[in-house]
Amino acid sequence: MIHEVWIPPVHRDLTGGLERVQVEAATVSALVAALDARFPGIAARLTRDGKLRPGIAIAIDGVLSPRGLRQRLHAPCEIHFVPAMAGG
Amino acid sequence: MSRTSSPYKVIGSRPLRPDGIDKVTGRALYGADVKLPGMLHGKVLRSPHAHARILSIDASAALALSGVRAVVTGDDMPSIGDKIADSGESVVNLRYVSNNLLARDRVLYYGHAVAAVAADNVHIAEDALRLIKVEYEVLPHVLDGRAAMRAGAPILLPELRTDELGKQGDAPTNVAAHIRHQRGDLAQGFAEADVIVERTFHTATVHQGYIEPQTATALWNEDDTLHIWCSTQGAFYVQEQVAELLQMPTSHIMVTPMEIGGGFGGKINVYLEPVAALLSRKTGRRPVKMTMTRADVLAGTGPTSGSYIRVKMGARHDGAFTAAEAELVYEAGAYPGSPVGSGCGSIFAAYKLENVQVDGYDVVVNRPKSAAYRAPGGTNAIFASESVVDELAEKLGLDPLALRLQNAVREGDRRVDGPVYNRIGYVETLEAARAHAHYQAPLTGKHRGRGVAAGFWFNWGGKSSVTASVNADGAVNLIEGSTDIGGSRASIAMQLAETLGIPYEDIRPQVVGTASVGYNDVTGGSRTTFGAGWAVYEVGNKLLAEMRQRAADYWDVPVEAVAVDNGVFTQNGDRLTFRELAGKLDVPVTVSASVHPQGYGPGFGLHIVDVEVDVETGKVTILRYTAVQDVGTAIHPSYVEGQLQGGAAQGVGWALNEEYVYDDEGRLLNTSLLDYRMPTTLDLPMIDTVLVEVPNPGHPYGVRGVGEVPIVPPAAALANAIYHATGARMHELPMSPARIVAKLAEVTP
Repeated sequence: MIHEVWIPPVHRDLTGGLERVQVEAATVSALVAALDARFPGIAARLTRDGKLRPGIAIAIDGVLSPRGLRQRLHAPCEIHFVPAMAGG
Repeated sequence: MSRTSSPYKVIGSRPLRPDGIDKVTGRALYGADVKLPGMLHGKVLRSPHAHARILSIDASAALALSGVRAVVTGDDMPSIGDKIADSGESVVNLRYVSNNLLARDRVLYYGHAVAAVAADNVHIAEDALRLIKVEYEVLPHVLDGRAAMRAGAPILLPELRTDELGKQGDAPTNVAAHIRHQRGDLAQGFAEADVIVERTFHTATVHQGYIEPQTATALWNEDDTLHIWCSTQGAFYVQEQVAELLQMPTSHIMVTPMEIGGGFGGKINVYLEPVAALLSRKTGRRPVKMTMTRADVLAGTGPTSGSYIRVKMGARHDGAFTAAEAELVYEAGAYPGSPVGSGCGSIFAAYKLENVQVDGYDVVVNRPKSAAYRAPGGTNAIFASESVVDELAEKLGLDPLALRLQNAVREGDRRVDGPVYNRIGYVETLEAARAHAHYQAPLTGKHRGRGVAAGFWFNWGGKSSVTASVNADGAVNLIEGSTDIGGSRASIAMQLAETLGIPYEDIRPQVVGTASVGYNDVTGGSRTTFGAGWAVYEVGNKLLAEMRQRAADYWDVPVEAVAVDNGVFTQNGDRLTFRELAGKLDVPVTVSASVHPQGYGPGFGLHIVDVEVDVETGKVTILRYTAVQDVGTAIHPSYVEGQLQGGAAQGVGWALNEEYVYDDEGRLLNTSLLDYRMPTTLDLPMIDTVLVEVPNPGHPYGVRGVGEVPIVPPAAALANAIYHATGARMHELPMSPARIVAKLAEVTP
């Protein structure tokens, strides 16, 4: 199934300035791999040691996922990579 | 609110808090009340320099003092590489956390812990600190974020490189991170604007100001298990931090949270716990208690960031916003980790914008490492954006609330950092504010003005676990692991009572430690009534299912034959109340639930404030204050109102008085509450509240976090009120009398 991925502005140097792209994937891990196949280098920025990099969170249809790369994508959704944030 | 219109029996009522009697009679036990046999007392030696290399530490004279049992320094901390750990809501580099607890080769701020002593009593420990000889090589320091970004600025952490969401810089820097949110065409948006306002703002470093200082007692047992009693917002997070910092298995550490005298984000990180543990081990397994003084708290624990913010916004004559741009520089303190990410996400969160760009910079400076403070980063950011919105309204000749309503985000609109809003109550909040008697009332008199400002917070869910067991008399013991700061024992017990259909008074809540309940995230991020509420909803339904089965067993009928309604079990004319059934249980009923809900919804508020400014002295008197907020379903309205009032009070202090004051050498000058001026009851009027209840669809009872939103609007609302009273636009916090007088001198012909 096809998802809409919003490319973080600091990584649009790898996408030729594209703000959002359509990607087919069943998991976030597969989605990152598909992104990297199309925009080489983006996986190295978003992931490390098989996980999302510390400090990067993934929002799926506006909800932060605690599962990171393991998150399954059951339905077409909108995906954002965002900085982790703290509350008090 | 009308109780007759409520679908609930317990939710929305205002019962007494379960911990109330212990607290008003002085029986409640706080961290400083801990007394154990053979207990020693610990104290911390702190750096007198803002930035220096530690050449040597000689503790021999201190150790020779009668009654001194041990001294520890950074060399006693296990060596930790650059390990990144999840801190619950964000991430931290454990090496930096370790170095912040006890400095190794360099001190990075005035107040940085250098060594600690355990002695027979506090006085001996204090005397011993004076006998520790530390030789320093003083280094150049930098306190200001923008100065720290310039070429040639003193570098605090030579290995630091700028991170841009995974893209790493290649040169030494004080900029730990750069965040960017960008959407649409900024240039086109500003080209379409008829009015553009661009301003720069500064906010000072401020402290959470919890009344109870940090305190921790540690006992390192002979079997290498560690027991810690402390004042914390999250016992499990203390356990995790100590395990990582001391390189111990998590299960070897038991944390007992004592009652807490305020936290506001400042009691999430550990400061004393690992140090007390090391001292306990070094003194032959004796318990060691460490309690900070107010000076320790202000100099040695994390305040929130000072900041520089530039905001530019454009609008058409009809009031529609066409573009918005912001740059935020947040001072992280000595190690990376300011709340600039939250600032970037919240600065334009209230407005529907198609053309927008936000850049944020996390910058290390020679100040204490910043920590979370109620809506971290939000107050700084929205002070800037809401001041600009007020100026736009004035230039456009529009009512400031009408302008906000016209551009307000609604369900389906996209936030600046990407996600689309679910059901939110911002429009309802603005409409309630516009209709309120305060906003409608005329304000007359010389040097009087009214200001308004909006506020926003993301809120959070986190992980929660609870256990419930049924007593023979029908009461239900509720075991929870979330520190009760703002009345959460009551708000969680009420949700369980509602689920079970029994009276609130029949729920007996207890907050317990890490060995006695499943995992709970910190009480922070406005999550506890939401997250633990989800957990008790789950546990309540499980418990009802168990009780229904027991009723079926008692009547010897299939479980499907038993109906449950409002705490009463029935089948074919037979009837048992929850209490009656509890008295007939042959086998006890105990159930647990653990949840990690994601349906937390963000919150919005709108504050209205009237002020009178003494133009001779610059003193601001608040004449009237009203806080309006979408609170989802108000479980216990009194505690929700208290959150709104407390947040507004803290925001007033941040806005008008509070700041860290340093000398030219980078030494903090105001380390007492006489000089660090927080508002008292004499400085504040009654803060009226309006609870707008737009239920959150992501919670079975519609709960929405409420604790953080109300600290966000006060600074901007007061700045706008001061402008309307005097004609002086204030762009720097705090808006102290001296700054107001200086600004008035600039604008007065």
